[in-house]
Amino acid sequence: MAAEVTRAEVCATAVADGFRGDGEILVSCFGTVPSIGARLAKLTFEPDLLLTDGIASLVENVLPVSGKAPAAVVEGWLPFRSVFDLLWGGRRHVMMFASQIDRFGNQNFACIGPHAKPTAQLLGMRGAPGNTISHRTSYWVPNHSPQVFVEQVDVVSGLGNDRAAALGKASARFHDLRRVISNLGVFDFATPERRMRLAAVHPGVTVEQVVKATGFELVIPREVPETRLPSDAELALIRERIDPEGLASKEVRG
Amino acid sequence: MDKRTSVEAAVSELADGMTIGIGGWGSRRKPMSIVREILRSPVKDLTLVSYGGPDVGLLCKAGKLRRLVYGFVSLDSIPLEPHFRAARQAGAIPEVRELDEGMLQWGLYAAALRLPFLPTRAGLGTSVMEINPELRTVRSPYADGEELVAMPALELDVAFVHMNRADARGNAQYLGPDLYFDDLFCAAAKRRFVTCEKLVETKDLLAEGSLHTLRINRTLVDGVIEVPGGAHFTECPPDYGRDEAFQREYAASAKDEEGWRKFRTEWLDVPEAEYQAKVRARGVR
Repeated sequence: MAAEVTRAEVCATAVADGFRGDGEILVSCFGTVPSIGARLAKLTFEPDLLLTDGIASLVENVLPVSGKAPAAVVEGWLPFRSVFDLLWGGRRHVMMFASQIDRFGNQNFACIGPHAKPTAQLLGMRGAPGNTISHRTSYWVPNHSPQVFVEQVDVVSGLGNDRAAALGKASARFHDLRRVISNLGVFDFATPERRMRLAAVHPGVTVEQVVKATGFELVIPREVPETRLPSDAELALIRERIDPEGLASKEVRG
Repeated sequence: MDKRTSVEAAVSELADGMTIGIGGWGSRRKPMSIVREILRSPVKDLTLVSYGGPDVGLLCKAGKLRRLVYGFVSLDSIPLEPHFRAARQAGAIPEVRELDEGMLQWGLYAAALRLPFLPTRAGLGTSVMEINPELRTVRSPYADGEELVAMPALELDVAFVHMNRADARGNAQYLGPDLYFDDLFCAAAKRRFVTCEKLVETKDLLAEGSLHTLRINRTLVDGVIEVPGGAHFTECPPDYGRDEAFQREYAASAKDEEGWRKFRTEWLDVPEAEYQAKVRARGVR
């Protein structure tokens, strides 16, 4: 490859790896890097994933996130009502963003400050409560900082592992937090208490950097691997087919 | 029965303290001519149920709401609705009922089916249960014994939706990609008003769309009003897209009171016919 691999490309590849094994389910992504990652997974090891055009169509061919798009090959109709049916039925993996997230993966994108009179009103609950209790959920954080990775979220929109455990097995049996991917590293919940663990640091990032940018105590394994680099074939797909104009570099620099 | 009426007559049915539902989604196919007429009317203390867009922003800014029931408020191409944000951050909406967006559907569906509630997992364990203190859970009476949220019926006094086509008897048609929950808004309400881009003869309802687009039949409708451009500045495909330039001006009017006063004088304190004529003069539609 002529140019060096960018951080955004590493993140997109990590996102794609997070969809490994998902098979024939809908993947919904918010943000450029997650959208690239989902497309990369579909074009390589998860060809059965379903993607939408962002409106109400399921699209069989993989449309780019930037540049000139070919005509969509529509394979189905998915208006909002069908989205709710599908997600409550569990056939979905969502990657949402987080304005705040805590060590158990409780997520907030509703508002900052007290809900009665927030200092910053954000989107609102949206579908986060229903998503997180119904199917696989991952998060994307393009700006890893102590303001996002917090000791305690102001409002819980997405259900975390501690609160899910408190609900009991019956109610929380479809709760399934997978990964958090940030511009610094990859995180999972593979610990006995289902606390957030540093699973990998992106090339060029140190564990100390991640710890410093995190407002709570992460579980740090003795050996922290590096996030893998995309293969030449994956890089070609990202650069030539999925994001020819390099939109991802606007979301993650470096 | 000929159900043709006017926007003024429909809105004049509203009384202080009523619960209204507004169809559409975000900045998509909102019955904006109705919203503008509510702004001109003296009605106040409304409870609004909405998949929120500029309907919420405008009614918040004008101080029309006592209670807001919603899952989100967004202008789509402008993700955060600035007037709604300002109202929330000033604590200007007396009662806020923020729900998961699927719970909102469930509440409307329960009302439509005349059920007191419908069970769901959505909301369990999250702040939804804390910020909506009237929410209760229910335990499955079957062997699983699962505890679920009992989403209460969202009964509406009046529902307003905007459709692409309708006939004079109240059969209404959407021609865009998504009905959203407009049929449920109508089914959940005591009085139901449809504004439409174009009134057509019943025999012509299948001229532009398939059978499957006739999702609101006349049992769900009390009044029909032909308002071309009635969803402006939100989108109403295939008749027109969102007026993004106008939406940006609307959003910018949240920056200060002077900007709002100007926007209000030019676009809201005028009759609907003048509004539509001025929009046409801009050459967007």
